[in-house]
Amino acid sequence: MVEHEDEQSDDENHEPTSFLTKYVWSQDHKVIAVQYSLTAIAIGLVALVLSWLMRMQLGFPGALEFIDEDAYYQYATMHGMIMVIYLLTAIFLGGFGNYLIPLMVGARDMVFPYLNMLSYWVYLLAVIVLTASFFVPGGPTGAGWTLYPPQSILQGTPGYEWGIILMLTSLVIFIVAFTMGGLNYVTTILQARARGMTLMRMPLTVWGIFIATFMGLLAFPALFVSGVMLLLDRVIGTSFFVPEIISLGDPLAYGGGSPLLFQHLFWFFGHPEVYIVALPAFGIVSDLLSVHARKNIFGYRMMVWALLAIGVLSFIVWAHHMYVSGMDPAFGFFFAITTLIIAVPTAIKVYNWVLTLWRADIHMTVPMLFSLSFILTFVFGGLTGLFLGNVVVDVPLSDTYFVVAHFHMVMGVAPIMIVFGAIYHWYPKITGRMLHGAMGQIHFWVTFLGTYAIYFPMHYLGFVGVPRRYYSYDEIDFIPESAHDLNAAITVAALIVGAAQLLFLYNVFWSLRKGEKAPANPWKATSLEWQTPQTPPAHGNWGKELPVVHRWAYDYSVPGAEEDYLPQNMPRQPFEKSGAHDPHDDKPVTDLQESDK
Amino acid sequence: MSFFKTVTSKPWLDDEAAFDAAPGGGAGTLKTKRVGLFIFIGVATALFALFGVAYYMRMMMGGWHMLIEPTILGANTVVLIVGSVLMQWASNLSTRGNMRRAKQAFFAGGFAVLLFLGGQYMAWQELIALGCYADVNPANAFFYVITGLHGLHLLGGLFVWARALLRTVDGADDAAISASIELCDYYWHFMLLVWLAIFGLLLST
Repeated sequence: MVEHEDEQSDDENHEPTSFLTKYVWSQDHKVIAVQYSLTAIAIGLVALVLSWLMRMQLGFPGALEFIDEDAYYQYATMHGMIMVIYLLTAIFLGGFGNYLIPLMVGARDMVFPYLNMLSYWVYLLAVIVLTASFFVPGGPTGAGWTLYPPQSILQGTPGYEWGIILMLTSLVIFIVAFTMGGLNYVTTILQARARGMTLMRMPLTVWGIFIATFMGLLAFPALFVSGVMLLLDRVIGTSFFVPEIISLGDPLAYGGGSPLLFQHLFWFFGHPEVYIVALPAFGIVSDLLSVHARKNIFGYRMMVWALLAIGVLSFIVWAHHMYVSGMDPAFGFFFAITTLIIAVPTAIKVYNWVLTLWRADIHMTVPMLFSLSFILTFVFGGLTGLFLGNVVVDVPLSDTYFVVAHFHMVMGVAPIMIVFGAIYHWYPKITGRMLHGAMGQIHFWVTFLGTYAIYFPMHYLGFVGVPRRYYSYDEIDFIPESAHDLNAAITVAALIVGAAQLLFLYNVFWSLRKGEKAPANPWKATSLEWQTPQTPPAHGNWGKELPVVHRWAYDYSVPGAEEDYLPQNMPRQPFEKSGAHDPHDDKPVTDLQESDK
Repeated sequence: MSFFKTVTSKPWLDDEAAFDAAPGGGAGTLKTKRVGLFIFIGVATALFALFGVAYYMRMMMGGWHMLIEPTILGANTVVLIVGSVLMQWASNLSTRGNMRRAKQAFFAGGFAVLLFLGGQYMAWQELIALGCYADVNPANAFFYVITGLHGLHLLGGLFVWARALLRTVDGADDAAISASIELCDYYWHFMLLVWLAIFGLLLST
């Protein structure tokens, strides 16, 4: 079934032969995807350790003596920035996007392979510049991941000497890398689909990545603009963002700049960024649920429309991050309304996921477990988002742990659950081996229950009024003793969850050599990436002939079919002519009871 | 197929088996490189538009003095327009198959942009000579940043232009040169439009 021998196929594709061109300066989307993912995971581990250190300080103040105020703020800043940009954005688009787009749409590679390679190396440069800031005088910036001026570039903020310069430089470099990659993803989806693969036959994973990339291409310029301008304020003393200010007793040369302007630009990027991370997860979870529940996705078109609607709406909600910065009440009203409206397409997606599971043949595989936990976690974080979207609720809660709990649930834990689910799902295709199941189960349960042990109590801390961003609560009277105990418990949970991720990494490397050999299509999935002639797919993906697509990606449990799935490249079968699909019915027939017997 | 028709289609139904014949992607309708260029133009539009918005918002705050526009900008604008016209001419000639003349016009079109960049450099020198540094007036700072980025984007275009020229010297076939000319043509027009918008913004404020 699987041929592991490297069949020398199709020399027209100029298959690289030397080690360097095959694995280092590779233009093969699959290699670039792995490079992107490994780099993202490596820098993500740094962010994980930083979160451990922060939790140690919060749970057991003073236990680690090297954590002073400055260090704490530096950890918080770097943790946030790395997780949002250098891990999640990079792994969803650079990692999964790179690997899955050409395989899922039936292309041999990205349309601009050289640009694709360049994208990875420029991304690596951004990561190196970011990492370098740990080793410069003054250390990395401690301005908070939002980098609000004026404090981020003034004396008194840790890392004001070099850290902030390297951070902004790294972001600008990252945006260049992302733009090169993003052009590729979008153009490949538009131009390189196999015959028969209409847009509305694409798996939702591709739709999610497609729209997220579009959003990234339009949103990252805002970060670029604010980053360049802030860099100039810091380096050559322009006054884009910094008002007249007296620092340490002396008036500075700045004058007239607008800190609010930075916030507008930053969040015009920052809010879409939430969805740049969420939409690929939405897409991937739709596919995972469908495959592991042996049922077509419920409401495919509605899912696509919801992705589009979320993509558009996410550009007109940004100021809900700025309610406490002060704004005209009418603006607050407008942004609260748009924020609440975005819950509608999001809720449609959640209902459709749940309805996909309705009466399905649910296989409790590890990817399925992660998908289910994604739905729970995302709904949880989404609901607290409805609280915070309202100005009157946001104002008292904004600077408390309630917000920390909210955004970690909705854009931290939930997308990471899908990163894991996706790795367990596609690992057999990428490496030709299965990940170890029992280790996967342990990893899942510790991560799932552990993250709830971390973030659930934080909502309570927020209601009690425990402020976020504080290094120490020792001298704050209104914080009850119980909050300190809770903080200690959260820290213990965080350490355990972190350790579980090390088990996951061990599993990834152990399975590479010792894992069970994977069949070509272990999950019996319909989408094209599982129908490649070799596993892992060879250079050029498809051997001599490109696949031809005859159906959508969700023909599971079709009545009358021998197998309970029909691959996308399988031609129309005789039993399908006899009205298995009613052309006047919106929904394909999905009566599982019949096919299960 | 229109966008609306695309997203409302139901290719999973029997009576729409016609979808099987759909050609791969936009194959045959649009050239891949052109699609890539258009998307990049979208990104660059977002970038410059955001600078424009930032410019307006900053203008309303304190410490803003009117920019003293360098006198050479008018001449530079004319040069850039000429470059765009030459590129269009090259494109027209190459579609008509007159490759020899097309290559000459293509060369001249790129050269005009080089001239423009030299002119922009002189504009910077002019401002510096007047003491209009970036840190004394945000309007100056915006001028340096926006013209600088516009220049960088032009340099990117010139890189493609120079590569195409090298391939001409190497004797690449006409179809490849023709494709490069067409792409440069679009990009030159776009960069001209961006410059006119920037120039208009500077003059009107």
